[in-house]
Amino acid sequence: MTTTYRWGNIMCLAIPGKIKKINENQAIADFGGVYKKISLGILNGVKVGDYVLVHAGFAISRVKRREAMDSIKALKELKEAVRDEQN
Amino acid sequence: MNKIKLMEVCGTHTMAIAKSGIKAILPESVELVSGPGCPVCVTSQSDIDKAIAVSGIKDVIIATFGDMMRVPGEKESLAQAKSRGKDIRMVYSCMDALSIAKDNPKKRIVFIGVGFETTSPTVAATIMEAKRQKINNFFVLSCFKLIPPALYAVSNSDKVKIDGFICPGHVSVIIGTGPYEKFAACCKKPCVIAGFEDTDILVSIKRLVEMIKARSYKAEIEYKRAVTKNGNTKARKILASVFDVAPGQWRGIGIIEKSALKINKRYASFDAEKEFDIKISATLPKKGCMCGEVIQGIIYPNECKLFKRTCTPRNPKGPCMVSSEGACAAYYRYGK
Repeated sequence: MTTTYRWGNIMCLAIPGKIKKINENQAIADFGGVYKKISLGILNGVKVGDYVLVHAGFAISRVKRREAMDSIKALKELKEAVRDEQN
Repeated sequence: MNKIKLMEVCGTHTMAIAKSGIKAILPESVELVSGPGCPVCVTSQSDIDKAIAVSGIKDVIIATFGDMMRVPGEKESLAQAKSRGKDIRMVYSCMDALSIAKDNPKKRIVFIGVGFETTSPTVAATIMEAKRQKINNFFVLSCFKLIPPALYAVSNSDKVKIDGFICPGHVSVIIGTGPYEKFAACCKKPCVIAGFEDTDILVSIKRLVEMIKARSYKAEIEYKRAVTKNGNTKARKILASVFDVAPGQWRGIGIIEKSALKINKRYASFDAEKEFDIKISATLPKKGCMCGEVIQGIIYPNECKLFKRTCTPRNPKGPCMVSSEGACAAYYRYGK
């Protein structure tokens, strides 16, 4: 997993995974083909199929697809602004 | 226009910025400095010495995140203690430490709790789980710290003037925008909560510069795909039910009021500081090490006399060179 470096995990890093299965407070999440058991103990309302950010074995937030697309749009705008400035 | 100095508070941002080479493409008028958001780096020498002291107690297993392993203590690091045969284990999650406790009922397991609001709720939830399962050989040495009080400390410092803050993405997942809105209005410093891709950071820098130019002192979320205005209320509730806010000792900065988390009375039986009589001798800062100045953005890592000379990732003298999120490690690896 990307969180594991030579000396263990980077502390504030969280990586997105897709919820595959839920059993009470625990879930199986898919991290690009690697399945791992995670805890849902500190996040409300997680459903199968949701993308969540996982930090130190806990889901801490749901990742929103629409907002992720907004970031891509912002990048495009930034590129255009840089190009305009150069011209 | 005058030079604009922005601080990336979070260590993960420091690493992302160094790796991407963002600093090289910024206009000369925009400067980026690292801040107090690398958990290991801000942990005081006395807390590190406490962790190492506990590892010397008989029948104790230390469980810790990997970053803490090589931080030099007064005499040795946890990694060196481990090489002398002490039972010190790296874990990915605090829950793993709880499993070790269940598997070793005759030993006392101490989890070294280092980090910010991203990590502390996961530890609070684990302590609650330990209580529910009546596991009585599991303890936490809480060195947890809070980000907003550190922003005020940096902002009020007369040693450095920061114009705007790139705020940590995953701390903000938990705390939301409220604390930054207050800070931005009160100290007249714009804040942008940023994601960890190169583009997130560039967009955040752009927004900060625009806000500084417009004298707009607000807190904005750039990392909208993960952060909401209200943050994770359940995580904060769990945090508040296990921990009390207390004064905290920060490396280089000193004591900041209401900036640390200590286990409260209800969960006192899980508090390593109450369970063990931890004795450490008075701790002196490492000679010549300037990690304290680095984490406040007062100096760049290469301005420290030890940097690259006696302090290297292989033989680190201070935590900023040890931690994979440390500013010195990032400078060493990727240059400016």
